[in-house]
Formats: sequence, structure tokens, C-alpha cells
Amino acid sequence: MTTIAITGARKKHPNLVPTIILVIGALYCFLPVLWIVIASTKTNDQLFGTPTFLPSFTGGFFTNLQALFAYNNGIFGRWVLNSVIYAVGGGLLSTVIAGAAGYALGKYRFTGSVWIFRAIVAAVLLPQIMLAVPQFLLLAKFGMTNNYAAVILPQLVSPFAIYLCKIYAQAAVPDELMEAARIDGSSEWRIFWSVGSRLMLPALVTVFLLQFIGIWNNFLLPFVMLNNDQLYPLTLGLYGLMIVTGGQAAQYSIVIAGVLVSIVPLAILFLSLQRYWKIDLISGGVKI
Amino acid sequence: MTTVAGAPRTSTGRAARIESSTRRRHRTMLPVILIAPAVLLLLAFTVAPAIYAVILSFLHLQISGGLLGTGTPHEVWAGLSNYIETLTDPEFWQSLGRMLLIAAIGVPATIALSTMFALCLDAKRARLVGITRLAIFLPYAVPGVIASLLWGFMYLPATSPIGGNVIDYFGSTGIFFAVANVAVWSVVGFNMVILYTAVRSLPADVFEAAEIDGASELQIALRIKLPLIAPAITMVTLFSVIGALQLFNEPTTLKPLANAITSTWVPLMRVYAQANVNNDIYGGAASSFILIVMTVGLAVLVNLIGRHGFKRGTR
Repeated sequence: MTTIAITGARKKHPNLVPTIILVIGALYCFLPVLWIVIASTKTNDQLFGTPTFLPSFTGGFFTNLQALFAYNNGIFGRWVLNSVIYAVGGGLLSTVIAGAAGYALGKYRFTGSVWIFRAIVAAVLLPQIMLAVPQFLLLAKFGMTNNYAAVILPQLVSPFAIYLCKIYAQAAVPDELMEAARIDGSSEWRIFWSVGSRLMLPALVTVFLLQFIGIWNNFLLPFVMLNNDQLYPLTLGLYGLMIVTGGQAAQYSIVIAGVLVSIVPLAILFLSLQRYWKIDLISGGVKI
Repeated sequence: MTTVAGAPRTSTGRAARIESSTRRRHRTMLPVILIAPAVLLLLAFTVAPAIYAVILSFLHLQISGGLLGTGTPHEVWAGLSNYIETLTDPEFWQSLGRMLLIAAIGVPATIALSTMFALCLDAKRARLVGITRLAIFLPYAVPGVIASLLWGFMYLPATSPIGGNVIDYFGSTGIFFAVANVAVWSVVGFNMVILYTAVRSLPADVFEAAEIDGASELQIALRIKLPLIAPAITMVTLFSVIGALQLFNEPTTLKPLANAITSTWVPLMRVYAQANVNNDIYGGAASSFILIVMTVGLAVLVNLIGRHGFKRGTR
């Protein structure tokens, strides 16, 4: 009785220690972003002259944005567009490919299916990014580097995504439902399209977001594949901008504005989609 | 166990499933058509480059033809010389050492912090849970290159809000912590969410029983929840180790700001420099292959240790 009474009384007070730890963690993760937001409102002189966490209201923000988008005939806009093309195009295609492959492996047995699945599980362990240089060497042999395809093609197939889709298809698409559709006279293709893909939607959304972020964040692959700055994604473009301006502090405000512009839209997109994607798939999927 | 949390489970037995799938074994070409793109792409962009890299690693260029040696260079068999060259290059081992040092700082920090945050999120009567969870997860949406530029400004003496003019973040020791910190900052939230999901999926009656027995919140977290999420911790450790071995973006981006970072600072930077700057694609291929073998080996090892530890822990 006393235990229950004490617990009941305690319930009214917040648990301080975990709350404080979480707040510290949140500050650690959020303060650098806040700093960038504040720094982007400053002119270069203010950047070095005023207190760091005090924003400037003298219009530096729009001047910086203008300078950023005017830089080198507006190449920054081009980089944003390229990143969107790489991440959305590559993300959608690779989701379709992984979903189709996962469904085939999860719901059918066919010649070689067991071996293909084993190969895919093995490929999950293979560090994809370390293949960037070999991929470049092979594509260079055929003169296929330095274009959009050179960045998108190597990222189209993700063994981990196929693995997730296979596990999910197995669990979420009941055999009984497929059998019932067959009895009703549906073709296998129709079953895949109107039953399988619908039931796999949560996994597909998760895979798309993982792939989107993976491609958006990828740096080494475009770094080795591209030498035309018109094709650069945002990451590579900003890196180049930093190299160019690295020595001259006079250009920092442009880089800072670029960093802000590349964080904010993605963060908003991400946080707003948060409830649609299931990270528990990742922890569940790898539990063997 | 290969179940997906939250997904409906089929009640069909394994035997029935195999029986029903063999029945339609020859009825449709659909699965073959569905898997073909993945298999072809995997062959073209994973298997073929890997094989090509292995072949290149056994070749080198030789200038021959004509008595004066004026012929065009062509590829000849080099045996193990590219491998010996890589393995006897002190810079290779130094770059490996630097990478391992950063991993030794970053991986334990990532695991400890993400586990601590996950347990705090699950703690009873913890406040501000939603907003702090979102804030800690936020850096995952920031690309590694952008995160490095961001922290670069944090470290840079001229702009630093965290005492960069007092602490030398780009010094010979500081740089390791500076790079590790960027990596930790980027992944801690993602790992936290995975671990939090694992904690949430534990049966609540265990904690209730412990609570009635008078266990404190801290005891429940450390003695009950922590051992039970050990498999998930193993998994995020594996991800973090593999991630650490692929370190490239952060040091490459910080390089223009920090003199301590050389162009061969970590193994992947060295491979890039070999293949794309020095045009030694044969040496680059050999180094790539050695790194891939090391990474896969380490991944398998972490997996084995994790499973072993897990089995012992729950016995």
C-alpha cells in the first residue's frame, strides 16, 4: 500500500534527471543549427565583430541569400536542382526496384531465389561507399563518367532495402489473400500491383526516405564521378565553394547562407514526414 | 527470428507455405521479371566493379615496345606488388591508425549517448520528450559534408561560439576529437530512435513487477531495460563501426580549414588520392580491396562478438 501511495504522489513531479539529460542532448544537436541561422543574418564584418548568438537585423540575411544565388551565374540553384534530381529520381527508382525484388523474394520460390537472397544478405555487409572508386574505374573504362547516370546508376540497388522489403512482404502480404485473388481470376501481375504493393506501402515509404537521404548525403560518389560543376549536387558544390573561399574569410557569409539553405528545407521535409516512416522496420528487420 | 515489429504475421505454417509456393512454381514469370532489374544492377554496379578492382590490383603499367622504350604504356601482370606496396606503405598504416583512433573516440560515445537518450526518453515522468527527441534526431537530416562545414565554423577561431580561440580544435590532438564529434553529432539521433524503438517494444509487466518490488527507475533502466535491448545495441554498434571505417566526408570537408588533415589522412582519402590525384589506379584498386576485406571481416567479427555476448548476457 505504501509503495503505491508513494508512486502515486511522485507521479505529479517531473522526473528531473532524464529531462535534464535530454535537454542537454537537444541543445548539443540544435545549437550548431541555431548558430548557422543567426550567422546567416550577418554581414562578414558582423560575423567576426558581434556576439555570436546575437542576430543582426540590418538586412544581412537577404544580402547573403542574394549573393549566394548570384554566385557564379546562379550555379547554387543548379546544385539544389541537381540534388533534387539525384535524390528524388534515384530514391524513387531504387524504391521500385527494391520493392519489386523484395516482393519476388518474399512471396515466391523460383529457380535461384534462395541463392539470390543469400547473395543480397552478404552484400548488405559490403561497404557500398568503398566501392565508389572501383565503380568510377569501371565506368571510366567505358567513358561513362561525368554525367547524371554515373551518379544515379550505382545507387539504384541497395541490398539493405531489398532485404527490408523481402522481410516486410513476407510478413505483411498474407498468402491467403493472394490465393483468394487468384481464385477470383486475378493475374499474378495484378495481385502484385493491387494487393502486394498496397500492403507494402509502409515499407516502401521507409525505403524511399532512407534512399533519398542516402543519395542526398552521398559525397564520395559524385566527388569521384563528376568534374563538371554544372552537374554537382549541393554537397559537392558547397564543398567546392569552401575550397575556393577557404583561404578568404571574406566569402564565409556565402558558405554559411549555403549551409542554411541546404539544411532547412530538408529538415522541414524530414520532420514533417517523420510519422510516415517506420524506423522500427530497421531494428525489426535486422533482428535475426 | 525474422519478424517485423508491427507488421501482421501470417498464421500459415512453414510447410503449408512451401507447399503452396511450389505449387505455383512454374505458373508465372512475374517473380523473375520483378527481381531482374535488381540482379542486373547488382551485377553491373557491385559485383563487376569489385571484380574489376581485383583484376586491376594485380596489374601495373609498363612502358615497352621499341628499343628506346618509346612505345605506349600498357598493362602487364604485376603479381602481388601492388598489395606489397600498399601494405609496406607507412602512410597506409598511419591513415588506418588515425581512422581507428577516431572510431575509438566516436563509436563508444555514439553508443553511450544514444543508449542514454533512449533510456531517458522511456523514463517515467520525463518531460519535453517530444521536442527533445525531435531536436536530437534533427542532425540526421544534415548531410555529412554540411555538418562538417557547420562544425567547421564552430571550431574556427574567428567564428567559434565554443571557444575556438582558446581551444585549438584543429591541433594535432584536438582534430581527432573534432572529427569524431561531427560524426557523433550526425548519427546519435538515428541510433537513439532505433534503441528507443527497442526499449518501447519490451513487455511492460516486467518493469511493473520490478517497480512493485521496490526497484528504482535507474535500477530498472540499467538492470532490466539495458540487458534486454542488448541485441539492438549490438546492431547499432555494427552500423557505427562500419560507418566509422568509411570515414571520408568529414575529414575531406574539414581539410581546407585544418592544416592537420593531410590528403591521405584516412584510408578512403588515401585511396581517392591514389586513384584520382596520382593516377595510380592499380595501387588504388589494391588499397580499396584491402579495405573492403578488412571492413567485411570486422563487420562479421562484431556480429559474432555481439551474438556471443548477447547469449551469455541473457542466460
